Amino acid sequence: MKEFAMIMISAALVNNVILARFLGLCSFMGVTTRIDTAAGMGFATTFVITVSSMADWAVQTYLLDAYGLGFLRTVTFILVIASAVQFTEMTIKKVSPELFQMLGIYLPLITTNCAVLGVALLLVEGRMSFIHATLFAFASSLGYSLVMVIFAGLRERLALVQVPRLFAGPPIAFIVAGMLAMAFMGFSGIAAS
Amino acid sequence: MSNAENSNQYSTIVKDGLWDNNGVFSMLLGMCPTMAMTTSATNGFGMGLATAVVMGASSYLVAVFRNQITTEVRIPVYILIVAAMVTLVDLAMNAWMHELYKVLGLFIPLIVSNCLPLARLEAFAAKQPPFPALLDGLFMGLGFTIALTVIGAVREIIGSGTLFADASLLLGNSFKVIEMRLLPADMGVLMMILPPGGFIVTGLLVVAKRVLDLRAGKEIQMAGAHAV
Repeated sequence: MKEFAMIMISAALVNNVILARFLGLCSFMGVTTRIDTAAGMGFATTFVITVSSMADWAVQTYLLDAYGLGFLRTVTFILVIASAVQFTEMTIKKVSPELFQMLGIYLPLITTNCAVLGVALLLVEGRMSFIHATLFAFASSLGYSLVMVIFAGLRERLALVQVPRLFAGPPIAFIVAGMLAMAFMGFSGIAAS
Repeated sequence: MSNAENSNQYSTIVKDGLWDNNGVFSMLLGMCPTMAMTTSATNGFGMGLATAVVMGASSYLVAVFRNQITTEVRIPVYILIVAAMVTLVDLAMNAWMHELYKVLGLFIPLIVSNCLPLARLEAFAAKQPPFPALLDGLFMGLGFTIALTVIGAVREIIGSGTLFADASLLLGNSFKVIEMRLLPADMGVLMMILPPGGFIVTGLLVVAKRVLDLRAGKEIQMAGAHAV
Protein backbone atom coordinates (compact mmCIF):
# COMPACT_ATOMS: atom_id res chain seq x y z
CA MET A 1 0.00 0.00 0.00
CA LYS A 2 2.78 2.36 0.98
CA GLU A 3 4.57 1.53 -2.24
CA PHE A 4 1.52 2.48 -4.32
CA ALA A 5 1.14 5.78 -2.47
CA MET A 6 4.79 6.53 -3.20
CA ILE A 7 4.30 5.81 -6.91
CA MET A 8 1.31 8.14 -7.02
CA ILE A 9 2.97 11.03 -5.20
CA SER A 10 6.13 10.68 -7.24
CA ALA A 11 4.27 10.64 -10.58
CA ALA A 12 1.78 13.38 -9.74
CA LEU A 13 3.82 15.92 -7.81
CA VAL A 14 7.57 15.25 -7.71
CA ASN A 15 7.98 14.34 -11.37
CA ASN A 16 5.03 16.36 -12.57
CA VAL A 17 4.34 15.73 -16.25
CA ILE A 18 4.22 19.41 -17.19
CA LEU A 19 6.57 21.19 -14.81
CA ALA A 20 9.31 18.60 -14.36
CA ARG A 21 9.14 16.44 -17.48
CA PHE A 22 8.02 19.15 -19.93
CA LEU A 23 5.32 17.09 -21.58
CA GLY A 24 2.02 18.49 -22.85
CA LEU A 25 3.22 22.09 -22.94
CA CYS A 26 1.13 23.04 -25.99
CA SER A 27 -2.13 22.39 -24.15
CA PHE A 28 -0.62 23.93 -21.02
CA MET A 29 -0.17 27.20 -22.93
CA GLY A 30 -3.16 26.82 -25.26
CA VAL A 31 -6.22 25.92 -23.18
CA THR A 32 -5.48 27.49 -19.81
CA THR A 33 -7.15 30.84 -20.33
CA ARG A 34 -10.21 29.78 -18.29
CA ILE A 35 -10.48 27.45 -15.29
CA ASP A 36 -13.48 25.46 -16.55
CA THR A 37 -11.93 24.71 -19.96
CA ALA A 38 -8.67 23.74 -18.30
CA ALA A 39 -10.52 21.41 -15.91
CA GLY A 40 -12.46 19.84 -18.81
CA MET A 41 -9.26 19.37 -20.76
CA GLY A 42 -7.62 17.84 -17.71
CA PHE A 43 -10.52 15.45 -17.27
CA ALA A 44 -10.52 14.35 -20.93
CA THR A 45 -6.73 13.96 -20.97
CA THR A 46 -6.77 11.96 -17.73
CA PHE A 47 -9.19 9.54 -19.36
CA VAL A 48 -7.15 9.29 -22.57
CA ILE A 49 -3.81 8.86 -20.79
CA THR A 50 -5.12 6.12 -18.50
CA VAL A 51 -6.95 4.16 -21.22
CA SER A 52 -4.23 4.46 -23.85
CA SER A 53 -1.43 3.66 -21.39
CA MET A 54 -3.18 0.42 -20.42
CA ALA A 55 -3.66 -0.43 -24.09
CA ASP A 56 -0.08 0.53 -24.96
CA TRP A 57 1.23 -1.63 -22.12
CA ALA A 58 -0.70 -4.62 -23.47
CA VAL A 59 0.44 -3.94 -27.05
CA GLN A 60 4.06 -3.66 -25.95
CA THR A 61 3.98 -6.83 -23.86
CA TYR A 62 1.89 -9.17 -25.98
CA LEU A 63 2.58 -7.89 -29.49
CA LEU A 64 5.81 -5.94 -29.85
CA ASP A 65 7.94 -7.81 -27.29
CA ALA A 66 6.45 -11.19 -28.11
CA TYR A 67 7.20 -10.92 -31.84
CA GLY A 68 10.38 -8.80 -31.64
CA LEU A 69 8.78 -5.77 -33.35
CA GLY A 70 10.20 -3.17 -30.98
CA PHE A 71 11.15 -0.80 -33.79
CA LEU A 72 7.47 -0.30 -34.66
CA ARG A 73 6.73 1.12 -31.21
CA THR A 74 6.30 4.77 -32.16
CA VAL A 75 3.97 3.99 -35.05
CA THR A 76 1.80 1.51 -33.10
CA PHE A 77 1.53 3.68 -30.00
CA ILE A 78 0.38 6.71 -31.93
CA LEU A 79 -2.31 4.58 -33.61
CA VAL A 80 -3.48 3.23 -30.24
CA ILE A 81 -3.59 6.79 -28.87
CA ALA A 82 -5.55 8.09 -31.86
CA SER A 83 -8.13 5.34 -31.33
CA ALA A 84 -8.32 6.08 -27.60
CA VAL A 85 -8.96 9.74 -28.37
CA GLN A 86 -11.69 8.82 -30.85
CA PHE A 87 -13.26 6.58 -28.18
CA THR A 88 -13.09 9.37 -25.58
CA GLU A 89 -14.68 11.77 -28.02
CA MET A 90 -17.63 9.43 -28.61
CA THR A 91 -18.03 8.77 -24.88
CA ILE A 92 -17.99 12.45 -23.92
CA LYS A 93 -20.42 13.29 -26.71
CA LYS A 94 -22.83 10.71 -25.32
CA VAL A 95 -22.33 11.40 -21.59
CA SER A 96 -21.93 15.17 -21.50
CA PRO A 97 -22.84 17.13 -24.65
CA GLU A 98 -22.01 20.43 -22.84
CA LEU A 99 -18.45 19.38 -22.12
CA PHE A 100 -18.19 18.16 -25.71
CA GLN A 101 -19.24 21.62 -26.96
CA MET A 102 -16.80 23.32 -24.63
CA LEU A 103 -13.74 21.28 -25.57
CA GLY A 104 -14.58 21.44 -29.28
CA ILE A 105 -11.50 21.46 -31.46
CA TYR A 106 -9.17 20.61 -28.57
CA LEU A 107 -10.55 17.11 -28.15
CA PRO A 108 -9.17 15.50 -31.35
CA LEU A 109 -5.92 17.35 -30.76
CA ILE A 110 -5.23 15.32 -27.59
CA THR A 111 -3.67 12.86 -30.07
CA THR A 112 -0.75 15.22 -30.54
CA ASN A 113 -0.47 16.01 -26.83
CA CYS A 114 2.97 14.68 -26.05
CA ALA A 115 1.98 13.92 -22.47
CA VAL A 116 -0.05 10.95 -23.75
CA LEU A 117 2.73 9.40 -25.83
CA GLY A 118 5.33 10.47 -23.27
CA VAL A 119 3.66 8.69 -20.35
CA ALA A 120 3.16 5.55 -22.47
CA LEU A 121 6.85 5.52 -23.48
CA LEU A 122 7.96 6.16 -19.90
CA LEU A 123 6.04 3.23 -18.54
CA VAL A 124 7.21 0.71 -21.12
CA GLU A 125 10.77 1.94 -20.84
CA GLY A 126 10.56 1.63 -17.06
CA ARG A 127 9.51 -2.03 -17.51
CA MET A 128 6.65 -1.52 -15.05
CA SER A 129 4.13 -4.21 -14.11
CA PHE A 130 0.55 -3.70 -15.27
CA ILE A 131 -0.77 -2.39 -11.95
CA HIS A 132 2.26 -0.17 -11.44
CA ALA A 133 1.89 1.16 -15.00
CA THR A 134 -1.83 1.90 -14.63
CA LEU A 135 -1.28 3.71 -11.33
CA PHE A 136 1.64 5.64 -12.82
CA ALA A 137 -0.45 6.74 -15.81
CA PHE A 138 -3.44 7.72 -13.67
CA ALA A 139 -1.36 9.66 -11.15
CA SER A 140 0.64 11.40 -13.88
CA SER A 141 -2.54 12.59 -15.54
CA LEU A 142 -3.95 13.78 -12.20
CA GLY A 143 -0.78 15.82 -11.77
CA TYR A 144 -1.29 17.17 -15.28
CA SER A 145 -4.88 18.22 -14.50
CA LEU A 146 -3.84 19.82 -11.21
CA VAL A 147 -1.21 22.00 -12.87
CA MET A 148 -3.57 22.90 -15.73
CA VAL A 149 -6.21 24.15 -13.25
CA ILE A 150 -3.69 26.04 -11.07
CA PHE A 151 -2.15 27.72 -14.11
CA ALA A 152 -5.59 28.63 -15.52
CA GLY A 153 -6.40 30.27 -12.19
CA LEU A 154 -3.18 32.28 -12.35
CA ARG A 155 -3.88 33.34 -15.92
CA GLU A 156 -7.42 34.46 -15.10
CA ARG A 157 -5.88 36.85 -12.58
CA LEU A 158 -3.13 37.79 -15.00
CA ALA A 159 -5.68 38.86 -17.62
CA LEU A 160 -6.85 41.62 -15.28
CA VAL A 161 -3.50 43.28 -14.71
CA GLN A 162 -1.58 45.67 -16.92
CA VAL A 163 1.43 43.88 -18.38
CA PRO A 164 4.06 45.84 -20.37
CA ARG A 165 3.23 45.46 -24.07
CA LEU A 166 6.43 43.59 -24.86
CA PHE A 167 5.65 40.99 -22.22
CA ALA A 168 1.94 40.64 -23.01
CA GLY A 169 0.67 37.21 -23.93
CA PRO A 170 3.02 34.23 -24.04
CA PRO A 171 6.19 35.75 -22.47
CA ILE A 172 4.54 36.64 -19.17
CA ALA A 173 2.78 33.27 -19.18
CA PHE A 174 6.18 31.55 -19.53
CA ILE A 175 7.66 33.51 -16.67
CA VAL A 176 4.68 32.71 -14.43
CA ALA A 177 5.03 29.05 -15.43
CA GLY A 178 8.69 29.24 -14.44
CA MET A 179 7.70 30.44 -10.97
CA LEU A 180 5.11 27.66 -10.70
CA ALA A 181 7.84 25.18 -11.64
CA MET A 182 10.02 26.59 -8.84
CA ALA A 183 7.16 26.06 -6.41
CA PHE A 184 6.77 22.45 -7.56
CA MET A 185 10.49 21.86 -7.09
CA GLY A 186 9.71 22.08 -3.40
CA PHE A 187 8.16 18.62 -3.70
CA SER A 188 11.41 16.98 -4.74
CA GLY A 189 12.73 14.81 -1.98
CA ILE A 190 9.29 13.66 -0.81
CA ALA A 191 9.52 10.46 -2.85
CA ALA A 192 12.27 8.84 -4.84
CA SER A 193 12.02 9.31 -8.58
CA MET B 1 6.12 30.63 -62.78
CA SER B 2 9.28 32.33 -63.98
CA ASN B 3 12.65 31.80 -62.38
CA ALA B 4 12.66 35.18 -60.66
CA GLU B 5 9.28 34.53 -59.04
CA ASN B 6 10.49 31.11 -57.99
CA SER B 7 13.62 32.34 -56.28
CA ASN B 8 11.58 35.10 -54.64
CA GLN B 9 9.20 32.53 -53.20
CA TYR B 10 12.12 30.42 -52.00
CA SER B 11 13.78 33.31 -50.22
CA THR B 12 10.47 34.09 -48.46
CA ILE B 13 10.25 30.46 -47.32
CA VAL B 14 13.80 30.58 -45.99
CA LYS B 15 13.30 33.91 -44.19
CA ASP B 16 9.94 32.82 -42.75
CA GLY B 17 11.40 29.61 -41.40
CA LEU B 18 14.54 31.07 -39.90
CA TRP B 19 13.24 34.30 -38.42
CA ASP B 20 9.90 35.92 -39.36
CA ASN B 21 7.72 32.94 -38.52
CA ASN B 22 10.18 31.10 -36.32
CA GLY B 23 8.50 27.99 -34.94
CA VAL B 24 9.54 28.62 -31.35
CA PHE B 25 9.80 32.38 -30.90
CA SER B 26 6.88 33.47 -33.10
CA MET B 27 4.47 30.58 -33.34
CA LEU B 28 5.26 28.99 -29.97
CA LEU B 29 4.95 25.48 -31.35
CA GLY B 30 6.96 22.45 -30.32
CA MET B 31 7.41 23.67 -26.76
CA CYS B 32 8.11 20.31 -25.11
CA PRO B 33 11.53 19.56 -26.66
CA THR B 34 12.26 23.30 -26.56
CA MET B 35 12.10 23.28 -22.77
CA ALA B 36 13.30 19.79 -22.07
CA MET B 37 16.28 19.51 -24.38
CA THR B 38 17.87 22.93 -23.93
CA THR B 39 19.92 22.29 -20.80
CA SER B 40 22.96 22.77 -23.03
CA ALA B 41 23.56 24.22 -26.48
CA THR B 42 24.78 20.86 -27.79
CA ASN B 43 21.59 19.06 -26.73
CA GLY B 44 19.45 21.78 -28.28
CA PHE B 45 21.42 21.59 -31.52
CA GLY B 46 21.09 17.80 -31.76
CA MET B 47 17.39 17.82 -30.95
CA GLY B 48 16.81 20.59 -33.51
CA LEU B 49 18.65 18.76 -36.29
CA ALA B 50 16.74 15.52 -35.68
CA THR B 51 13.48 17.47 -35.90
CA ALA B 52 14.62 19.29 -39.06
CA VAL B 53 15.36 16.00 -40.84
CA VAL B 54 11.94 14.61 -39.88
CA MET B 55 10.21 17.82 -40.98
CA GLY B 56 11.96 18.01 -44.34
CA ALA B 57 11.30 14.38 -45.19
CA SER B 58 7.68 14.31 -44.07
CA SER B 59 6.85 17.63 -45.80
CA TYR B 60 8.30 16.26 -49.03
CA LEU B 61 6.32 13.02 -48.78
CA VAL B 62 3.05 14.74 -47.93
CA ALA B 63 3.51 17.15 -50.85
CA VAL B 64 4.19 14.25 -53.24
CA PHE B 65 0.99 12.48 -52.19
CA ARG B 66 -1.07 15.64 -51.61
CA ASN B 67 -3.55 14.79 -54.39
CA GLN B 68 -4.11 11.24 -53.15
CA ILE B 69 -4.75 12.15 -49.49
CA THR B 70 -8.42 13.04 -48.97
CA THR B 71 -9.35 15.69 -46.41
CA GLU B 72 -11.25 13.27 -44.13
CA VAL B 73 -8.31 11.00 -43.42
CA ARG B 74 -5.51 13.54 -43.75
CA ILE B 75 -4.60 13.90 -40.05
CA PRO B 76 -4.08 10.15 -39.40
CA VAL B 77 -2.12 9.89 -42.66
CA TYR B 78 0.11 12.83 -41.70
CA ILE B 79 0.73 11.38 -38.26
CA LEU B 80 1.63 8.00 -39.74
CA ILE B 81 4.03 9.60 -42.24
CA VAL B 82 5.69 11.61 -39.46
CA ALA B 83 5.82 8.50 -37.24
CA ALA B 84 7.52 6.52 -40.02
CA MET B 85 10.13 9.26 -40.53
CA VAL B 86 10.70 9.49 -36.77
CA THR B 87 11.25 5.73 -36.60
CA LEU B 88 13.90 6.02 -39.35
CA VAL B 89 15.66 8.90 -37.57
CA ASP B 90 15.40 7.02 -34.27
CA LEU B 91 17.04 3.89 -35.70
CA ALA B 92 19.68 5.88 -37.61
CA MET B 93 20.67 7.89 -34.53
CA ASN B 94 20.77 4.77 -32.41
CA ALA B 95 23.20 3.25 -34.91
CA TRP B 96 25.46 6.18 -35.77
CA MET B 97 25.11 8.82 -33.04
CA HIS B 98 24.57 6.61 -30.05
CA GLU B 99 25.83 9.06 -27.39
CA LEU B 100 23.50 11.82 -28.56
CA TYR B 101 20.69 9.28 -28.89
CA LYS B 102 21.10 8.35 -25.22
CA VAL B 103 20.95 11.99 -24.13
CA LEU B 104 17.87 12.89 -26.18
CA GLY B 105 16.19 9.61 -25.23
CA LEU B 106 12.44 9.94 -24.92
CA PHE B 107 12.27 13.10 -26.98
CA ILE B 108 13.25 11.43 -30.26
CA PRO B 109 10.06 9.31 -30.49
CA LEU B 110 8.17 12.32 -29.14
CA ILE B 111 8.90 14.29 -32.34
CA VAL B 112 5.73 12.52 -33.55
CA SER B 113 3.59 14.53 -31.19
CA ASN B 114 5.50 17.77 -31.69
CA CYS B 115 2.98 20.30 -33.02
CA LEU B 116 5.47 21.99 -35.34
CA PRO B 117 5.84 19.28 -38.05
CA LEU B 118 2.09 18.68 -38.11
CA ALA B 119 1.33 22.40 -38.31
CA ARG B 120 3.65 22.83 -41.32
CA LEU B 121 2.19 19.79 -43.07
CA GLU B 122 -1.32 21.15 -42.63
CA ALA B 123 -0.49 24.77 -43.42
CA PHE B 124 2.06 24.39 -46.19
CA ALA B 125 2.97 20.95 -47.53
CA ALA B 126 -0.66 19.91 -48.13
CA LYS B 127 -1.10 22.63 -50.78
CA GLN B 128 2.33 22.99 -52.37
CA PRO B 129 4.51 21.09 -54.86
CA PRO B 130 7.23 18.84 -53.38
CA PHE B 131 10.28 21.07 -53.75
CA PRO B 132 8.96 24.18 -51.93
CA ALA B 133 7.46 21.84 -49.31
CA LEU B 134 10.84 20.19 -48.74
CA LEU B 135 12.43 23.61 -48.43
CA ASP B 136 9.75 24.81 -46.00
CA GLY B 137 10.07 21.74 -43.80
CA LEU B 138 13.83 21.93 -43.78
CA PHE B 139 14.09 25.64 -43.01
CA MET B 140 11.32 25.61 -40.41
CA GLY B 141 13.33 22.79 -38.85
CA LEU B 142 16.56 24.80 -39.06
CA GLY B 143 14.79 27.79 -37.50
CA PHE B 144 13.76 25.42 -34.72
CA THR B 145 17.38 24.26 -34.41
CA ILE B 146 18.62 27.85 -34.12
CA ALA B 147 16.02 28.63 -31.46
CA LEU B 148 16.91 25.53 -29.43
CA THR B 149 20.62 26.21 -29.73
CA VAL B 150 20.18 29.82 -28.58
CA ILE B 151 17.99 28.87 -25.61
CA GLY B 152 20.42 26.07 -24.79
CA ALA B 153 23.39 28.43 -25.03
CA VAL B 154 21.83 31.00 -22.69
CA ARG B 155 20.87 28.36 -20.13
CA GLU B 156 24.24 26.65 -20.36
CA ILE B 157 26.30 29.84 -20.03
CA ILE B 158 24.37 31.12 -17.01
CA GLY B 159 23.77 27.70 -15.51
CA SER B 160 27.14 26.01 -15.79
CA GLY B 161 29.44 28.60 -17.39
CA THR B 162 30.26 26.49 -20.42
CA LEU B 163 29.20 26.58 -24.07
CA PHE B 164 28.81 23.49 -26.27
CA ALA B 165 30.21 21.27 -23.52
CA ASP B 166 30.54 17.60 -24.59
CA ALA B 167 30.15 18.54 -28.26
CA SER B 168 33.01 16.22 -29.20
CA LEU B 169 31.39 13.36 -27.32
CA LEU B 170 27.90 13.86 -28.71
CA LEU B 171 28.45 15.14 -32.24
CA GLY B 172 31.87 13.76 -33.18
CA ASN B 173 35.53 14.57 -32.58
CA SER B 174 35.69 17.36 -35.16
CA PHE B 175 33.46 19.50 -32.91
CA LYS B 176 36.10 19.61 -30.16
CA VAL B 177 37.05 23.20 -31.14
CA ILE B 178 33.70 24.73 -30.23
CA GLU B 179 33.76 23.53 -26.61
CA MET B 180 34.26 26.55 -24.39
CA ARG B 181 34.31 27.55 -20.76
CA LEU B 182 33.16 31.14 -20.31
CA LEU B 183 32.69 31.40 -16.56
CA PRO B 184 34.45 29.64 -13.68
CA ALA B 185 32.71 26.42 -12.65
CA ASP B 186 31.47 27.67 -9.29
CA MET B 187 29.64 30.69 -10.73
CA GLY B 188 26.84 28.69 -12.37
CA VAL B 189 23.25 29.41 -11.39
CA LEU B 190 21.83 25.90 -11.11
CA MET B 191 18.25 27.19 -11.45
CA MET B 192 18.85 27.86 -15.16
CA ILE B 193 19.56 24.20 -15.88
CA LEU B 194 16.56 23.06 -13.85
CA PRO B 195 13.01 23.26 -15.27
CA PRO B 196 12.12 26.81 -14.10
CA GLY B 197 15.08 28.18 -16.08
CA GLY B 198 13.66 26.74 -19.29
CA PHE B 199 10.39 28.61 -18.92
CA ILE B 200 11.96 31.89 -17.84
CA VAL B 201 14.71 31.97 -20.50
CA THR B 202 12.21 31.12 -23.27
CA GLY B 203 9.87 33.87 -22.06
CA LEU B 204 12.65 36.44 -22.02
CA LEU B 205 13.93 35.39 -25.45
CA VAL B 206 10.44 35.82 -26.94
CA VAL B 207 10.57 39.37 -25.57
CA ALA B 208 14.05 39.81 -27.06
CA LYS B 209 12.77 38.81 -30.50
CA ARG B 210 9.91 41.30 -30.16
CA VAL B 211 12.40 44.05 -29.31
CA LEU B 212 14.54 43.21 -32.37
CA ASP B 213 11.46 43.11 -34.60
CA LEU B 214 10.33 46.51 -33.30
CA ARG B 215 13.81 47.96 -33.94
CA ALA B 216 13.61 46.69 -37.51
CA GLY B 217 10.29 48.50 -37.88
CA LYS B 218 8.26 45.31 -38.13
CA GLU B 219 4.91 44.64 -36.54
CA ILE B 220 5.40 42.46 -33.44
CA GLN B 221 3.43 39.26 -33.26
CA MET B 222 1.15 39.15 -30.27
CA ALA B 223 -0.30 35.85 -31.38
CA GLY B 224 0.97 32.52 -30.27
CA ALA B 225 -0.24 30.22 -27.54
CA HIS B 226 -1.76 28.09 -30.25
CA ALA B 227 -4.10 25.22 -29.79
CA VAL B 228 -3.00 21.97 -28.19
